[in-house]
This record gives sequence, structure tokens and C-alpha cells, in this order.
Amino acid sequence: MKSKIAAKLSAVLIGAALACAAGQALAGDNPIAVTDKAVTVGILHSITGTIALSEAGSVQGEKLAIKEINKQGGVLGRQIEYVQEDGASDWPTYSEKAQKLILKDHVATIFGCWTSASRKAVLPIVEQHDNLLFYPVFTEGLESSPNIIYLGPDATQQIIAGLDWVINEKKAKTFYFIGSDYIWPRTSFKIARKYIEDKGLKVVGEEYYPLGHTQFNSVINKFKLKKPDVIFSTVVGGSNVAFYKQMKAAGIDLAKEKPLLLTTSVTEDEVLGIGGENIEGGYSIMKYFQSMKNEENEKFVKDFKAAYGEKSVIGDTTESAYLGPWIWKAAVEKAGTFDIDKVRAALPGIELVKTPNGYVKVHENHYMWMKTYIGQAQKDGQFKIVHGSELMEPNPFMKGY
Amino acid sequence: MKTPALASSNKGFALNLTVLLALLVLVFPSSMDIFRLNMMGKYLSYAFVAMGLVLCWGYGGILSLGQGIFFGLGGYCMAMFLKLEASTPEYTASQTTPGIPDFMDWNQLTELPWFWEAFKSFPLTLVLILLVPTVFAYFFGLCMFKRRVGGVYFSIITQAIACIMTILIVGQQGYTGGINGITDLKTCMGFDIRTNGAKLFLYYLCVFLLVLAVLLCTWVSRSKAGRLLVAIRDDEQRVRFSGYDVANYKIFVLCFSAFLSAVGGAMFTLQTGFMSPSFVGIVASIEMVVFCAVGGRMSIYGAIYGTLIVSVAKTAISENFPELWSLLIGAIFIGCVLVFPKGLAGLYADHVMPFLSGLDGRLKGAFRGAREDREAQIEALRDVPADKVLLGVPPQFLSGDGMDGIDDGRSLS
Repeated sequence: MKSKIAAKLSAVLIGAALACAAGQALAGDNPIAVTDKAVTVGILHSITGTIALSEAGSVQGEKLAIKEINKQGGVLGRQIEYVQEDGASDWPTYSEKAQKLILKDHVATIFGCWTSASRKAVLPIVEQHDNLLFYPVFTEGLESSPNIIYLGPDATQQIIAGLDWVINEKKAKTFYFIGSDYIWPRTSFKIARKYIEDKGLKVVGEEYYPLGHTQFNSVINKFKLKKPDVIFSTVVGGSNVAFYKQMKAAGIDLAKEKPLLLTTSVTEDEVLGIGGENIEGGYSIMKYFQSMKNEENEKFVKDFKAAYGEKSVIGDTTESAYLGPWIWKAAVEKAGTFDIDKVRAALPGIELVKTPNGYVKVHENHYMWMKTYIGQAQKDGQFKIVHGSELMEPNPFMKGY
Repeated sequence: MKTPALASSNKGFALNLTVLLALLVLVFPSSMDIFRLNMMGKYLSYAFVAMGLVLCWGYGGILSLGQGIFFGLGGYCMAMFLKLEASTPEYTASQTTPGIPDFMDWNQLTELPWFWEAFKSFPLTLVLILLVPTVFAYFFGLCMFKRRVGGVYFSIITQAIACIMTILIVGQQGYTGGINGITDLKTCMGFDIRTNGAKLFLYYLCVFLLVLAVLLCTWVSRSKAGRLLVAIRDDEQRVRFSGYDVANYKIFVLCFSAFLSAVGGAMFTLQTGFMSPSFVGIVASIEMVVFCAVGGRMSIYGAIYGTLIVSVAKTAISENFPELWSLLIGAIFIGCVLVFPKGLAGLYADHVMPFLSGLDGRLKGAFRGAREDREAQIEALRDVPADKVLLGVPPQFLSGDGMDGIDDGRSLS
């Protein structure tokens, strides 16, 4: 009797399971949420956790752009509505939330991610469901997904421009590399070392520290011992605060440029934490600085401060994030539809002539044509632009490097 | 005084298992789309860890704050196999060295490290998924328990090891994928694991393994070893003086929980398509203890419901209040500890049980005329409460092993 009931029960369960399975298998196809009045997009950044501070600017940039686009009448006559999700500084969460945005909210595109790790977690998701991700941060390259638009400079754009300037203008001969221990700094220095050694110059040291590291005294002593012309830093996030304060405490005055400090990882946002007096005189390589003098940027800075307060600062990634919705809008309008395949096809070649950082254009490889600038850090936390490059082609897969 | 382990009875077991099966096999798949179901499957893979903790912590009194290590090891073993399969020479043609995983190429490795070789074979991978964490737990337990390290010292050391493990994985990025984890996994033995059909299959596979794990846990908890564990928890010295080797039992339960965690880790990797060091670390490990505590640390079913409820709440709250969710979750946990320290299973035993035992009494009345046929009684008890439960009582309160209320004296021995 017992076994009879068990058999009945399991038969019912299996039958029901199969029925459910059939139902699930039939449901396919993922439409996007567009009505006559509105289109939904996703914003996916960390609002909580260790990198929330860095990502806050990107969220602000994206929201400001969406607000401005809506004020101008939206995209193809639709107002943009956004669904925001929290990546919580945790890569698996990014992956889950990206799926949620695509499958539950049916977003037409996602603006988001910050660290390489978060992008790597979202990449398979946007590729599988054929959605789009506009990624606002400078990146190591080595990746070119048909579903991601890389808005920040790639490693070559930042590094080659910076090294050319420091070698030609400052006559630098020896370099010391210091970076955080993950893929972007390591790739950056791989490129930099090759470029430097090809010119017959010398790298006298290369060191990596874990993310969040705060003890830089031993490497600072090595700077003093080896006396490099240039300290090249790709230290990211909170570690920067300790790094620059300890350098100053050890008596290295960056303003004297002996050694000269070159970095690809410090924007106005980071200086806010480091303190202008601690990094004064160091050089940063970016595609955008808040102090850029052009009509578009003056308007952008004014609007940004009106929206987020007089004290807010704008770094390179914030501005990249701001470009995201505008580039998407241009592509949607060129395609004449929100259909993701057609928007994706329209993306290469999209150009924005007037942006806060000047002319940009989407390359075939989904990175951006852009100019790179070198800014010297000032006491007030801003950068004085000392050099601007020609328009540079992005090259995420550096052959020969 | 009867311990809950001794008090659980066959009918309680049958009822609990039926409700769990109905929920996982019928209710979830019919009420959720594949995205949510896949998330449920992911949460169920944490439930393996929580069940291991029930035995290890609830029964054995060994609070391990490093279960993420075993979950992670199982998950990484699976991920290594899948990554090798995804790194075909065609797919990785743009690399300096085609055919090796992409992150190795980025870190200037030119050949596959020796310890990756084993993960080219699927059967060997399956063995390693189970073996690596268990053997690790064995040596760890050997070092700790033979030297009589216990209590809070043990917890702190497990936490330290979880921390070391994360640093090791992050630091050796050429070999492990570093902080990015192992991502972009595609197929398993040629089957695409990202399609809806595959996700559905993996969900049912996860449920199947979970039920096996429940049976295994129940068996262990009712065995002599299970009762000895409770005895060790309550008075270690007394058990030792009775002539038992306490350390061996502790090592066994740690290995057992590691084994379960590893299965969960492997299922997690299969269902999410990647593995990251954030599952190995301290935060993840403590989260798993929270799952177990919310469910009720003495209850195998409670652990499953606790995991599901906490995970679903976390997801739901973070989707609806992206800026506030971590505060809300924290408040809920504090509330839980203050209001029901024995977890959901405790709530069930205190509040739902009296109601059910009333029902039980009436049922027995109905059968009094007939012969005291054991089979018939079990059948009746199985059918009616299950029915009642599905209609009215929220399923999460149906966990628990504190079955004293409806126990009619036929407790298993």
C-alpha cells in the first residue's frame, strides 16, 4: 500500500514536471519594452559595497544624459525610462541583475558596469540574450564583444599618448611601474614596457599590490634608491589615498618632477579622496578633464553641478557614462528602430561632433576614436591640461605587444 | 528529554519530504518563468551548504565560518572543466597561445599548468569535485580536532582559511582567473548550458541531488553517529570518557558537510555559468551560516527553506529598493534573531505544531475503529496534513524536525 501511494505520487509529480517543462520550452523570444510613449533602459552600477564610491559618478552621468534627452523630446518620440539595479560591488550579482534587466524588464539597452570583472560577468549575458551594454570605464582591451560599446579609452590610447609626451617633452629615460594586481594594470604595463624598450629606454622596476593595499613604504624606498625619471602608476581605488599620502610623507615632491609621476588611474573623483595637496604636480592621462575649455563642456559642468550640487566633480568615467545614452540615441535614430540587431549594426561609425571631450566616433571594434589629454594635478583638485593628442584609433588587440 | 533527532518519526519525514517535493517539482516550475526558476536553482545550490551546516553546526556544535571554501573548491573544479571545454583553439584563435583559457593568455602563460590537465576529463572532474574539498576538510579537521581545537577558535581559524583562500585565488590570476573568476562558460560535454532547456534540466538535476542530500542527511542524523554528534555538542568530555574518539566524529561531520557543499558549488557553476572568488570568501561563508540560522539550525528542511527565503528576500528587496536594500536586510536579520532565535523550524514547532497535533488527534479518532494498522495510519497522516498544508499554511513553516507534537511514540530508533 505504501509503495502504491509512492508510485502514484511520483507519477503525478513526473507528469506535472514534464508538462511544466513543455510550457517552459515553448516560451522563448524576448521582446523589448517599447510603447508609443516610452522606452525602458537599464542602469547597472554598484550603489553599495567597496566600489560604490567610484561608480556613483557614472550613475549621475547616465541619469543626467537621460534627463536631457527626455527634455529634448526623447528618442524616436519616446521618453526614456530607466530601471536601476545594484551590482553591490559583487560580480555574480552583476550577472544576475543583468539577466533580470533583460528578461524581466525587457530593457532596450544597459548602461553600466565599472570594473573589468563586472564587465566580464555581464558579457556572456548580453551576448547570449543579444542585448547591448555601454561600458563607461577605461579598459585593458583584449576583448571586443559585438554587444558591448567601450566608451573609455583603451590601454593603448592612454599609454601611448602619455609615453610619447613624457619621452619627447620631458626627456624621460627610466621608468618605474606600480599597479594594483589585476588584469588592467598588468596589461597596461605589458604595453608600456614593450613601447619603452622598443625606444631603447629602460624600465627599472615593476610591482603590483592587491586591491585595497595601503602600505607603500617599501616601494617608495625603492623609488628613492633607483631614482627613476618617471613613476608610472595604475594603482586604483582607495589604495591611491595611502599611496600619495605616503609618498608626500616620504619627502617626494611631485611638483619638482624628480621623479615625475604619470598615472592612468586618477581622475577628479579620486583626487577628491587623495586630496589635491597630496598629488599636486602629478600628471594624469585621460580623454576628459573637468577643466576642459569648450562650449559643450562649460554647459555640461554647469548642468551637472545644478543637478548634483556645486561641490560635485566630474571625472573621465562620469563623462564617458554621460556619453553612453547620447551615442545610443544617435544609433537608434540612425537605425530608425529600437530593434537591438539594427541598433547594433548602426553603431560603428556613429559620431558625436560636439561632446564635452570633443569629437568621438565608434570604431568597428566597438571602442571609440578619441583624443587623449594630459593634465597636471592642481591643489584645488582640478587638472591643468598641458597636452592634447591627435585623434587616436582604438586598438584593443595590440599586435606585437 | 528527547532530542529532536530522536523524536523525528517516519510520518513527519514523509510529510516534510512530500511538501518539499511538491514545492520544488510542482509549485516552482509551474509558477515561475525560466529566469526565476534558474535563480531558484542557484539558491538551492546554496541549500546544500546550509544542510551541511545543520549537521556540522546544529548537530555537532562545530560552527564553521568557512563553508565557502568547500563550496568554492567544488565550484572551481567544475568551472575549470567547463572553461577548458569553452577554450577551443577556434574560439581562442585571437590569443597569443590559442587553446588555453583566455585569462591565462592575458597573464602571459603559454601552456596549460599541470594541475589543469586533470580537468580535461569529465569523469575525473566529477571525482575531483567531490574529492578535493572532502580531502581538504579531512586534513583540516585532522589538524584541528586531533589537537582539540574547538569552539570559537575553530570558527576563527575557518574564517582565516577562507580569507587566505580568496587571497590565493585573487593573487594567482594566471592560474585561477584572479578576481574576475572563471567566466564565459558555455557547454558541458557538448550541451549548451545557457539555453532555457538546459537550465530547466539543471534545475531538476539540482532538485534531484537535493532530495538525495536530504535523504543522506536524514540518515546520518538518525544514525548512531548523528546522536553521538548531539552528545558531543552537549557534553564533549562525557562522550570522550564514555570511550568514543570525539575527534573522529567531528572530522567525519566536517568532511560530510564539505562533501555536500562541493556538490552545491558544482551545481552553482553549472547553473550560473561562472565561478568567482567572492563565493569562497568570508562574506559568502557567513551568509551561508545565516541561511542555516534563519531556517533553524537543527532542521534539515529548515535549512532549505531558510536559504530560499533569505535569498528570495535579498533579491526582491534589492530589486525594489536598490539604494536601501542592504540596510533592510540587516534589519530583518536582527529582527529574526530577536524574535525567533530558533529559526523558522522553531517557529513551526512552537506555533504550527499545536494546531497540527489537534488535527492529529482527530485523525487518530477516526481510525480507532479499525485495526491499529500501521500502514493505514501513515497513509492517512500523509494525505491529510499535506492537503491542509498546501491549502493554508505557508510552506516555509512546514520545516522542522521538532515533531514531538504529533509523535505518537513510534519514534525511530
